[in-house]
Amino acid sequence: MSGFATGSGRALQGRGGSPGFRFTLYALVAVAIMVLDQRFDWLERAHSAMQAATYPVQVAVSSPVAGWHWVQKSFANRDSLEGENQRLRTRLRDLELRSMRYDALARENAALIGLRNSLPPVAERWLPADIVNIQLDSLRQRVLLDRGSVNGVTPGQAVLDDGGVVGQTIHVGPWSAEVILITDPEHALPVQIERTGLRTIAVGAGDATSLALPYLPANADIRVGDVLVTSGLGGVFPAGYPVARIAEVHKDAVQPLAHVRAAPFAHLDTDTEVMLIWFRHDSPAAPLKERHGELLTGDRHIQPLPVPVKPAQKQTQAPPAAAKPSVAASKRAATPKPKQAARSHT
Amino acid sequence: MSASSPRIAMLKTVVGALILTLLPLPSWLEIIRPGFLALTVLYWSIAAPRAGGIALGFFCGLLLDAFEGPVLGEHALALALLAYLGVREHQRIRSKPIFQQSLIVFAALAVYEFVLFAIDGWTGHALTTPLRWLPTATGALIWPAAAAVLARSYRAST
Repeated sequence: MSGFATGSGRALQGRGGSPGFRFTLYALVAVAIMVLDQRFDWLERAHSAMQAATYPVQVAVSSPVAGWHWVQKSFANRDSLEGENQRLRTRLRDLELRSMRYDALARENAALIGLRNSLPPVAERWLPADIVNIQLDSLRQRVLLDRGSVNGVTPGQAVLDDGGVVGQTIHVGPWSAEVILITDPEHALPVQIERTGLRTIAVGAGDATSLALPYLPANADIRVGDVLVTSGLGGVFPAGYPVARIAEVHKDAVQPLAHVRAAPFAHLDTDTEVMLIWFRHDSPAAPLKERHGELLTGDRHIQPLPVPVKPAQKQTQAPPAAAKPSVAASKRAATPKPKQAARSHT
Repeated sequence: MSASSPRIAMLKTVVGALILTLLPLPSWLEIIRPGFLALTVLYWSIAAPRAGGIALGFFCGLLLDAFEGPVLGEHALALALLAYLGVREHQRIRSKPIFQQSLIVFAALAVYEFVLFAIDGWTGHALTTPLRWLPTATGALIWPAAAAVLARSYRAST
């Protein structure tokens, strides 16, 4: 290798000490940064600032691909556009037909559960966001959106597309937000099986096309084709949003847990646009985040029942310490039991 | 030869490596994408240990932390260690033929990846898929080409 030929003869201890000393110094700084970032939230502002600083680079790197898409789109021929138009129109008509009776049904449902007016929809506001075409981490399922805190985005906000749940925001910068997809191995989503109401947790499997349901017992009532919806627990997603369809159920007689895989409804690998949703927190279907304080605001006059005292059990458990392993002692310890129990009952 | 000239080449190659790291690729290529920034840091710590060295590794790591990784400082520590290994052994590595260099690079990248793996685990973001070790192998395979490209930019700067 000729590239290494220059400047090899000089000693290294020029300035700043030996390499070992300098490495120790930098390693200590790095560890300090990690501890600060992990244990305290002092660096949350630094995260936000760094996202602001990195966003232009990310946009610049993604711009050739984005430009290519733009060129492709602007040269799209009339036929394909008309085809798309036709498809969208059909879809719109379909959705209109489906929602035609929705208002009436919502009112009817409200009357059935004893409310005078039907409830407002749980989603209050939504904002479309483009996915910046950028590689954040090859093995984790993360994407970058082009909306940030200037658009009112907060960490832990729900992200949906036209199919279903996509994920939630984790780090939010001024103009960009990082989204963890439901298929990320670190993401766990509380779900409910629509057919049976069984609640469980869907964990990402690490690729864009499957979710794992690792906590279902082998005798759980679950079949291929069952639909998973959000259960409303966990504080991010309201109840009832479609998540995935069960694609594979594997029950083994000797395994205590079933091996279940589900295919997400959201087009996680092909999406270019998603929706950020703001939810109304006073709706009963809203995520349960704001309502965990009910015990404190409850009726003060209702006292919990006192714990029943069990004196008999206490006394019977005391002797074994004194009783040495002899047959007579164990007999004696065993015999007083009925007597004491009878006394405590009277 | 002024002291600042390799620094400019260094900066250029670091920016190039960062772009290669961030560029969106089809998913099968993404899995085997080598750590270009790690290779760049390793090359400079071997070729010009005085100009860049451990500081280069640390700041490149911070740069990478800004874009990816669960906790700040993770790549900073790992790349500083990689640079330290390069600086410490630079004379021994330089004198080896390119095939043996690739083997050494493989070992160094494995250490680098292990540090990332350990920090991921300690901070509660464990990623246990064996796929994460693939870039180590591809990094070692691509080393002769990467070193040649980086050597050209180095020679152009001097």
